[in-house]
Amino acid sequence: MSATLSSHSTLPGAIKNLNVAKALGRRRSRASTVVKALCVLATLIGLALLASILLTLIVRGFGGIGLGVFTEVTKPPGSNGGLLNAIVGSLIQTVIGVAIGTPVGLLVGTYLAEYARGSTLGNAVRFVSDVLLSAPSILIGLFIYQLVVAPFGGFSGIAGCIALAVIVIPIVVRTTEDMLSLIPVAMREAAMALGAPKWKMIVQVCYRAAKDGIVTGVLLAVARVAGETAPLLFTSLGNLNWSLSLTKPMASLPVTIYQYAGSAFDDWVQLAWVGALLITFGVLAINILARVVLRGGK
Amino acid sequence: MKINTVLAFALAGYATTAVAQAQQITGAGATFPAPVYSKWAESAKPATGIELNYQAIGSGGGQNQILNRTVDFGASDAPMDAAKLASGNILQFPAVMGAVVVIVNIPGVEMDALKLPGELLADIYAGTISKWNDPKLVEANRGVTLPNLAIAPVYRADGSGTSFVYTSYLSAVSADWKSKVGAATSVKWPAGAGAKGNDGVAATVRNTKGSIGYVENAYATQNKLITVQLRNKARQFVKPTAAAFNAAASAGNWRDAKNFAVDLIDQAGDTSWPIVSATFILLPKDPKDPGRSANVMKFFDWAFTNGAATAQALEYIPLPGAVQDAVRSAWHTEIKNPDGKPVF
Amino acid sequence: MQQARRTASRGANLGDFVFASLTRIAGVFVLVLLGAIIVTLFIGGLPAFEKFGVGFLTSTDWDPVQEVYGAAVPVFGTVVTAVLALIVSVPLAFGIAFYLTELAPQWLRRPVGTAIELLAAVPSIIYGMWGFFVIVPIMAQYIQPAVIDSVGELPLIGPLFGGPAFGTGILTAALILAVMIIPFIAATMRDVFLTVPPVFKESAYGLGCTTWEVMRSIVIPYTRTSVVGGIMLGLGRALGETMAVTFVIGNTNRIATTLFGPGNTIASLVALEFPESQSGSLKLSALLALGFILFVISFIVLAISRVLLRPRLKV
Repeated sequence: MSATLSSHSTLPGAIKNLNVAKALGRRRSRASTVVKALCVLATLIGLALLASILLTLIVRGFGGIGLGVFTEVTKPPGSNGGLLNAIVGSLIQTVIGVAIGTPVGLLVGTYLAEYARGSTLGNAVRFVSDVLLSAPSILIGLFIYQLVVAPFGGFSGIAGCIALAVIVIPIVVRTTEDMLSLIPVAMREAAMALGAPKWKMIVQVCYRAAKDGIVTGVLLAVARVAGETAPLLFTSLGNLNWSLSLTKPMASLPVTIYQYAGSAFDDWVQLAWVGALLITFGVLAINILARVVLRGGK
Repeated sequence: MKINTVLAFALAGYATTAVAQAQQITGAGATFPAPVYSKWAESAKPATGIELNYQAIGSGGGQNQILNRTVDFGASDAPMDAAKLASGNILQFPAVMGAVVVIVNIPGVEMDALKLPGELLADIYAGTISKWNDPKLVEANRGVTLPNLAIAPVYRADGSGTSFVYTSYLSAVSADWKSKVGAATSVKWPAGAGAKGNDGVAATVRNTKGSIGYVENAYATQNKLITVQLRNKARQFVKPTAAAFNAAASAGNWRDAKNFAVDLIDQAGDTSWPIVSATFILLPKDPKDPGRSANVMKFFDWAFTNGAATAQALEYIPLPGAVQDAVRSAWHTEIKNPDGKPVF
Repeated sequence: MQQARRTASRGANLGDFVFASLTRIAGVFVLVLLGAIIVTLFIGGLPAFEKFGVGFLTSTDWDPVQEVYGAAVPVFGTVVTAVLALIVSVPLAFGIAFYLTELAPQWLRRPVGTAIELLAAVPSIIYGMWGFFVIVPIMAQYIQPAVIDSVGELPLIGPLFGGPAFGTGILTAALILAVMIIPFIAATMRDVFLTVPPVFKESAYGLGCTTWEVMRSIVIPYTRTSVVGGIMLGLGRALGETMAVTFVIGNTNRIATTLFGPGNTIASLVALEFPESQSGSLKLSALLALGFILFVISFIVLAISRVLLRPRLKV
């Protein structure tokens, strides 16, 4: 009441205030517009970066794609080699590495989220696992070399799989724990109220609810290990010839790319770009596919 | 669950499909000879039935692997320590030779036009000569217009046999370099920037005006990089050609070299290219699997006899015949079965 | 009656016991395995620590010929590139997250969000090749000469942009790292921005706040700790990155005095020197010691992010 009165009594002042408010409002909305524009710009930069990477790979790699890439094994310069052994070796090692690492990571993530809240052991496991997320992968390769390769007297595909599995574990642990922690208490309580034991609640309710996030974590792990060179160099070594034996040295795309990209010979350099193109688009395709499948399942 | 079953089957499948490929041998080490080893492997397979898997993991890696006996043979650009050869019970022999060339990116300077005495090259890499129109460089290059441009030395950032050979040369021609920096697979570079691999050095030189770098000869030839002339021990300027490399290789004192660790840097002779070196194979004298060791020797025996043309096509220098024979006799006398009989 | 209940609960208990033990065993297994990696590194690095003592951390020498090794250059390079990468990537990631949560039309949010997340799925060796063949030439031919000409002569900031334009160097490495960690930071920010209860934002809009004011005065304060935690996770990733950095940092064991100067990081130096290190040598030991130091750095970063993230994790 008094406010209306006082504003009435000083009408010119109110108009002045209104003008100030208008000016302020203009400034406020201008600030908002500038920030909005900058945000759109940031997003465009992000998209442009992705486009630039993909375009580089297509421009340099696409011309080298032919049937021979998929039907011929790696050969010396000038002999029209392909990447068959490297592609197959990479698939085998990535699949087995992820297949070993995922269950372990899943169990550990579950332990951290469901059983070890606040316990000293849990904190220790979490810390070590997180520190290893940023470990240079060559050190993990070196460790597996000392653990598996040197004692058994030779490089082998399985040693490569184990090295990749060790890289997979901390990634899956992190996403599993994060995703399980996000599940609402109400959902757990509902399951418990129905008389389900805790383990059933976790497996049937929590895992299902956290499926999306966990799959994203596994996909990130796939992306990470599919392009790893350093841990394979001293574990599965690489193989110039066709070999599916896990007890013998095994070829892989990243190691082949690494060696070919730095060579003097045009056909090897071309194959390196083809390999880079295949890895990147393969990993991207798996990611997109999994997202589509997950969304369709809902 | 289903996925696990499928996996189990797949794994079981491996166990049965892993048919022993009888003649497989594995080697690892130096990056520099990898193209020629893989080319030899391709041609030798139908002729000998031996399937070689050679992987370029670096010379240091090759030495470690043969000491740990994780491969059938190791390969190294730098000869292995005599003491380590003895304690590891390892025979060392040369397989092939190669040259290192110097490349530049100076506007207006053409292929093999620039002449660099070795001590000036050392000064450039030491950072004491930092402009292309330095009086000393102009003095050595009458007739070439050198711009007022800062020199950007580029070196191999990864530990490499190429760096070992190159720094050995700089140490041989400059006492200053020898005492202050020295020769190794990686050294404490006083100036310039590093790049990864031959390709990294070549690309950095291409991108940077005023830069200078060193790469394996095959790399310069394949990519048509601008090389320079170097001055050899006979104080003659030579262009990097196959003839100049061969001249250096045959001038080497192979007879007195212990463990075949011959020094081919800055050899005598008017036409010798000053930066040439051999790359070596390391083979256990007491192989745990004599059959595989015998195949390694069979492979290199085939390569010595039939592989010279292949090596030259890929810009390598084959071993002189006399050296090949010396290697063969070393195999016979040095590498023994547990019962003392020669393996090959 | 009571017995039946006991059997039932024992059945449940048994299942629980088995499952709980299984996860616990997995936890201990991982602790032992990953702990063993850290311990192996420490033991492997011990000769270098013993030989050089505390001086190992402060010495800028890296001389394989004289067998003198110091960690200062790679530690400096690791920290500087990671911090620079954060300075570049945090504003960009924030802009992207803001756009995705508040500005973008609904139909565009998913595809754009997925595209940004795909940046995280590109293997690091590809980032290295892209950086070396695309970004380095641009830096060497356009950006660095232009910056050196225009800013290089200014006092104070001028010396930061000196030196020959190789294209590679500390700044280029930091830029590539920034691109690599943008998707991580942007995704974390977007996810925590979405946790802000709509009621809060709607009340602010009701008061006439603009979108930016809602973000600045409601969303950011509400999510601050989680945002910082997400940034620290990005930092952790930048610290350990090997291949992408190796291609573009210029790999020089000197302390860079300018942003265009070459340098080295721990992960890059280990990857470059390891293949030429002989077992039992002091060089190998120094490399392993460097690896251990990197673990200590990540350990510190993680400890900080843990502390910052804690309040939100409890909710």
